[in-house]
Amino acid sequence: MRERFVYLDHASTTPVRPEVLEAMLPYFTQKYGNASSLYSIGRESKKAMEEARIKVAAALGAQPGEIYFTGSGTEADNWAIKGAAYANRKKGKHIITSAIEHHAVLHTCQYLEREGFEVTYLPVNEKGLVSPDDVRAAIRDDTVLISIMFANNEIGTIQPIAEIGKIAGEKGVYFHTDAVQAVGNVEINVSGMGIDLLSLSGHKFYGPKGVGALYVRKGVKITSFMHGGGQERGRRASTENIPAIVGLGKAIELATLDMEERNQKLIALRDRTINEVLKRIPHVRLNGDRQRRLPGNVNFSFEYIEGESLLLMLDMKGIAASSGSACTSGSLDPSHVLLAIGLPHEVAHGSLRLTFGEENTQEDVDYLLEVLPGIVERLRAMSPLYEEKEGSQCTVKK
Amino acid sequence: MYSEKVMDHFMNPRNVGEIPDAQGVGQVGNPKCGDIMKMYLKIENGVIVDAKFKTFGCGAAVATSSMATEMIKGKTVEEALKITNKAVAEALGGLPPIKMHCSNLAEEAIKAAISDYFRKQGIPTDHLEDLACGRRCDDIHKAREDD
Ligand SMILES: Cc1ncc(COP(=O)(O)O)c(C=O)c1O
Ligand SMILES: [Zn+2]
Repeated sequence: MRERFVYLDHASTTPVRPEVLEAMLPYFTQKYGNASSLYSIGRESKKAMEEARIKVAAALGAQPGEIYFTGSGTEADNWAIKGAAYANRKKGKHIITSAIEHHAVLHTCQYLEREGFEVTYLPVNEKGLVSPDDVRAAIRDDTVLISIMFANNEIGTIQPIAEIGKIAGEKGVYFHTDAVQAVGNVEINVSGMGIDLLSLSGHKFYGPKGVGALYVRKGVKITSFMHGGGQERGRRASTENIPAIVGLGKAIELATLDMEERNQKLIALRDRTINEVLKRIPHVRLNGDRQRRLPGNVNFSFEYIEGESLLLMLDMKGIAASSGSACTSGSLDPSHVLLAIGLPHEVAHGSLRLTFGEENTQEDVDYLLEVLPGIVERLRAMSPLYEEKEGSQCTVKK
Repeated sequence: MYSEKVMDHFMNPRNVGEIPDAQGVGQVGNPKCGDIMKMYLKIENGVIVDAKFKTFGCGAAVATSSMATEMIKGKTVEEALKITNKAVAEALGGLPPIKMHCSNLAEEAIKAAISDYFRKQGIPTDHLEDLACGRRCDDIHKAREDD
């Protein structure tokens, strides 16, 4: 048995909060009615769903009628992008996005390219920031959609969403943002920020997996996602997943309620980790922006070592983390995000993402700081790219 | 996803290090792929008496490096040249399919180190030419794009 388990991968998924689970449970076995049925347990399901919708709307500064529940964050992204593209074909076939989007957005855009759409993938600077001027310059007469993520899942960079929203509004182009990583971490107001479409996902903020939502500003034209019954006002047919929707509603309510308090704690964990690791371990770089980043996100590159090895060794010590190395992605290329911020391949392979959550403590950071330097040293001693010369002087071998 | 044997060779790799007076040294892989392996061989009378490695790479890359050095110790260079990445993977109790490309490294490193030895001995290496691989990564990338 492991002595200790420290979960530092909250950007990947989060545990369901006990209060969330408690809210969900009755809807599996007692209040199992179909929300479309007119008898009592059907009406109860419907009511629970509409209450959840109100909570999601409140968290975003939206109207409940503008919230559609989906099966995931990926589904919300697919729907927003394909839906806006197909519904506005008469206007044009051009889409603007960024090079660092989640694959749920990137692969959807690539699919649309094969369908005859044209996509501009905006570059980012070395911190991972999209320039609003670049967005403005990329807009054409036939641009139908701008899709820029609110916050990046790997390096945590928070984009200038309000500025981009303003530009989109002035130019009359729809603006979608993948806010899957931002909800519960960053203040969001769809009307204040000029957002027309916004995706979110329950399991990133202590809600259940397999449920998400899409905000669609009133009047925005998008096609329906699922054709079938009349659920979600006929735009996303299929019997609603009431327990999951109730859980998402409860989770978003709690996540926004104590956001400030939680963020202060997360920022303290994050910043101490960043400062101490940079101080204690040589040849490390912090990826992403020092300030404009998600409160729980840390992303390092350790030169001369490979990320999967690092993860395996951390796992042996009971620490769960993630990496952008090729060997962990199941492809042969390291993370497109790390390449987009200009890292050389070998440095991108040596990345480590640590994402803190509400159950983490300073003791977890102590433990990480206790084991990480030794692991890095051990892997470097094994690396042909690294050679220690006379004490601490290190050089890269040709 | 890794077998116990792979994890054992990853956590306790055999033969990590360098051989300063090695008769053959070979480095394969490239940073683009994320796996680089350097192998050092001590060869006496055509027999590999010691082998050491240094690897930058994933769990599979480290484990195959470790296993490969174990397998070639005590073998003649001709025998060592016959060791395939599949044999190394099998000795480890198998590798996940997506990790097979990482295991190519070990076979290639053996070949690269032995061809270095041949060169230093003045033995022609023409028959080894297409074995020491520099194109591995691009080949795999291409293969992927095609499917
Ligand atoms: C930025 C971003 N978008 C989309 C997704 C996909 O969300 P889901 O897992 O709910 O499909 C994720 C999470 O993996 C994400 O981090
Ligand atoms: Zn590998």
